[in-house]
Order: sequence, then structure tokens, then C-alpha cells
Amino acid sequence: MISFYNSPMLRLLLLLTLLLPLSSRAALEIEIVGGAAQQIPIAVAPFAQSATLPESVTMVISADLRRSGMFRLLETRGVANIPHELDEVKYPEWASLQAQALVIGKVEPVAGGRLKVSFRLLDVFKQSQLAGLEYDIAPSQLRQTAHRIADVIYEKLTGEPGVFATRITYVNKTGKRYTLVVADADGHNPQTILSSTEPIISPAWSPDGTRIAYVSFEKKKPVIYVQSLVSGQRYVLANFKGNNSAPAWSPDGKRLAIVLTHGANSRLYLINHDGTGLQPLTQGNAIDTEPYWSPDGKWIYFTSDRGGSPQIYRISPLGGEARRVTFEGSYNVSPRVSPDGRLLAFIRREGGKFQVAVQELASNQVQILSDYGQDESPSFAPNSRLIIFATNINNRGILAVVSSDGRVKQRLSEAGDVREPSWGPAVN
Amino acid sequence: MSKRLIGCVFLAVTLAACSSKQVKEEPKAAVEDKSPTVAAPTKVEPTPEAPPAATTAPVTEQAATINPLKDPNNILSKRSIYFDFDKDEVKSEYLPLIEAHAKYLNANPNAKVTLQGNADERGSREYNLSLGQRRSVSVKKAMNVLGVGDKQIETVSYGEEKPQCTEKTEACWAQNRRVDIVYDGE
Repeated sequence: MISFYNSPMLRLLLLLTLLLPLSSRAALEIEIVGGAAQQIPIAVAPFAQSATLPESVTMVISADLRRSGMFRLLETRGVANIPHELDEVKYPEWASLQAQALVIGKVEPVAGGRLKVSFRLLDVFKQSQLAGLEYDIAPSQLRQTAHRIADVIYEKLTGEPGVFATRITYVNKTGKRYTLVVADADGHNPQTILSSTEPIISPAWSPDGTRIAYVSFEKKKPVIYVQSLVSGQRYVLANFKGNNSAPAWSPDGKRLAIVLTHGANSRLYLINHDGTGLQPLTQGNAIDTEPYWSPDGKWIYFTSDRGGSPQIYRISPLGGEARRVTFEGSYNVSPRVSPDGRLLAFIRREGGKFQVAVQELASNQVQILSDYGQDESPSFAPNSRLIIFATNINNRGILAVVSSDGRVKQRLSEAGDVREPSWGPAVN
Repeated sequence: MSKRLIGCVFLAVTLAACSSKQVKEEPKAAVEDKSPTVAAPTKVEPTPEAPPAATTAPVTEQAATINPLKDPNNILSKRSIYFDFDKDEVKSEYLPLIEAHAKYLNANPNAKVTLQGNADERGSREYNLSLGQRRSVSVKKAMNVLGVGDKQIETVSYGEEKPQCTEKTEACWAQNRRVDIVYDGE
């Protein structure tokens, strides 16, 4: 659904707080496999900017919009005079290109070695402005600013928030080395936050995006750590007898649901974010694992084989009876609730294939979204529209993205085996 | 390699330093924009393992008697018990193997084993971690029934993280659905 509406010119002054490297590198290579049925035709007029700047704002915005599968990017090379200001725009020229929307803008140097980035999003048919913003930034923030502009464009034209300025984390196994990596959602700026010769699994972002909980086998058994992305410091969240695994943050970030395995049985526990106050949540002789909180904090979804085969259940964090949520199929695991609370994504095994499925929680209708066959670890983008997951192509672990309606598909790969993706929250 | 280099360049730009100590002393960045910057990577190196305690007989005598645990003609040299997909029941064909090890453990009360549970790579890593643990406990219980006390048995799960075979075939996956019996000092 396209919703056009006018917004007044805003002035955003972003102070120098966002620290990004001057130039960025894409480790993950992105391949777009499919797109939405109705793509919005849009023209991004090349921004006026100095050729010496490390990033082309036009290219970053265009790549973001194209990757989303929601837009058809129009060729602008045939346009004689590229406009950068509102009074330079000749609407009929863009209308003849079939453009519904037009983006113009420029990057100018300002005092103190800083940059002023301004853009306008225009409705070609109504000949009116949909959005206009100005950013005062350090040169190192140029790429991030371009993502933010793409987010504004995406939201104005689709009615949903964009996720171009968000980040992801994943595990890369290269040879015998495991690294936990944090990167921009487009795969740029990969930063290794942990490097180990033992496995790392189950990274989970804190709701404020400042910390990541994960499971590391460096003590020759699974132990849960929480690491700050700001200071790089970490602490042991849970190292109890047996296996400690599957951390999941509560929406308020104060507690985590975790799994402890003593003997044969895996059970859910709650623990404060500082590692105090451990309390049991489930009992019994079953595997209860992979807890995930609903965004309203009222439910914890989890995988359990208490009924004979692994299925998804939910329980209140206050305790009580667990209720079964998935009914079709003999193997349903890895539940993740969408940030809008509407959908449950999980992995279903059917006919020997492991596939990403989504269940609408209100109607319990299930749709299979992927067809690679060995899919794992789904994770919703903060706008609930995209799901990133791990899969396998040609004997190598890669990441894939699918829209929650199954229409838009992308693949992201890099050298090594990539797995365990988790999409970070929107932090604005 | 280059990833680490990027980390250093990044720090050099922001903090004019590339030492993790300085990073930790730096107050929190990100005031206006809450996107946190990523700090220097934490590197985890394996702690050197203590050399195994000398539990076997002196070398001169060892030559005379073959260690039954290493003798390829002895069932005790067989150490792996295999499982069906998403199952933790010990199949009857492995009972003689478990009985042989139980007998050995009963005869050698100072001997200790770790039962390492594993799963094939398909499906959820966390579920497979629990499944591997349950498989190791299944073997432990079978040994308990045969008189081996808990003091001689440790269980651990590696889930799907330490596959023996890395091809994407059923034959290979079958090899990874496994409990290994590992004696202390091996």
C-alpha cells in the first residue's frame, strides 16, 4: 500500500556521536533473488557531492532501495540537467520517465570539516514534497546518513519503517576459527567482537542494541556471556553445572530467559541481566529450549519435545501451564515472534526439508517462506517485514533474507561458513 | 587479517589508539544517536590443557601387555554409539559395546569416561545441543544399569558443533548422530 503525505521541512542536527570508520568494506555479498509484485518506480537524481568523499550517497540510497525489492530504480542518465534544488526540478521530465517519486539532494562541506547532507523526496504526479531533511554530520557518518535517508524514503512510500540503518550479528567459521561479527544490515563495516577456536552460537541483541548475549564453548562446554558493544567488556551471565544456552532478552532488557541442561533434561529459567536471581520456569522430563519473548512481554515462546516431537509452545514468564502453538508437522523449532507481535517465524521440517515458516498468531495460518532445504535460525528485522536466516548452498553456510510475505528474497554470503544471524533493533 | 585491521583502523580514527585497554577506559560514546560503536574484538584462545596424569603402567611394562582400550581386536577400542534422527534411544546393536565398557569400568574403578553427545547438523542448533546431551545421558543410564557409578561417568554435549563428517549426505549425518566414549587421559 502506498501512502503519500506531506511533511514539513525538518532540520536534523546530528552531533558527532556516531563513530564509524571513514571507508567501509562489504564482507557480505548481496544477491537479490526476487522482488515485490508491485514495485514503486523511483528516480534518485545523483546528489551533488565532491568526488573525494569516501561514499557516494546516491549509490548507497539506490542500493538500499533496490535491495528491499519494493522499488524499481529508474535510469537517470538521459536527464539533461540533474536537479539538486527544488526550483530546478522539471516534473514533466520525470513523469515521462514513469517516475512516481523523485529524490534530489546534495552534500556540502561546512565549517569544522563537517558535511551538510540535504535531500528532498518529491511526488512527481502531485508535484509536491513528501519529505525533506538536512543532516549536519562528520564525514565518517556519510554512509550511515545515506541509510537513514533511504529509511525515510522507504517509510514515506511504503508506510512501514525502513531498516537500512540497522545492524546484524552473525557467526563466521573460517577453518578452525569462529568469529562473532557485527555488521551493517547491508553487510558493510563488519567488526569482529569475539574470536575463538571453540564454537559460538545463539547471539541475541539486547533491546537497546548496546549488548549481545551469546553462547561460547571456550570453557569446553556451553556458557552464556553478555558483551557490551560500547566497551567491548563482557561478563559470564550463566555458567551453572551442565549446559548453559539459548539466551533471550525480555523486551525491557532487565531479564533473560535461558536454558540449563542438567542430566537429560533441558529447562527454561529466568535470570536477571547481571546474572543474579536465577529461577526455574519449566519442569519435566523434556527438552525445553529456544525461549523467545513476545514483544509485550506476556509470553515466552519455546521449543519442546514434551509431546513426543519438537513443537512450539508458549508459557507466561510468571509460570503456569504451557500451551502448544504449532500443530502441523512433526518438527517445528526456533520460534521468533515478530516485533509487531503479529507473526511467529520458525523452522519446520517437512519431507526431509528444513524451511522457514511463518504463522499468523491470530489465525494460526502457516506459510512456508523458503525452499533451500537446510534453513536455521530465523530472525525478524525491527520492521517485522524481513526475516534473516541461515542456510546452506553448495556445502557452505550463507545468510538469506526473505520478506514475511515470501515475495522478496536476498542472499548474503562471505568467505567462510556464515551462520546464526540475528537482526539488531532499530535504535533512533 | 583484514577484519582485525579494519578494527584497528576504526579505533585509530575514533580513539587514536588500538589497544583494548584504552577502549575499556573510554566513557560510553553515542549520546545523541544511540547506535553504539563496536569496540575491539575479544579474542578467546584455548587455555593450554594440563598434560594427562600418568595412569598407565611404566613404558617398559606397557610393551608387554596391549592396552585393551587401544587394541583394534578388542571391542573396547570401539567407542561410538550411533542414533536415529531426533532419537536418543540406544539401539540394541550397541548394547554389547556398552556392556564391554561397563565391564571394563567395573574392573578398573579408577578409570573414568566422558560421554560426548553429538547431533547431525540439520535443524536447530540449540535443540541439537539438548539432543546431544540426552544421547550422552542415554548411554550413561545404560552403563548405570550395568553397575557403573556416576563418579566414573561425565556427560557433555557438543550438539551439531563438532561434526566428524561434513558432507551433506544421510551417510554422513548418520555418523554425526553419535555418542563417543572417551577415557580420561586420552
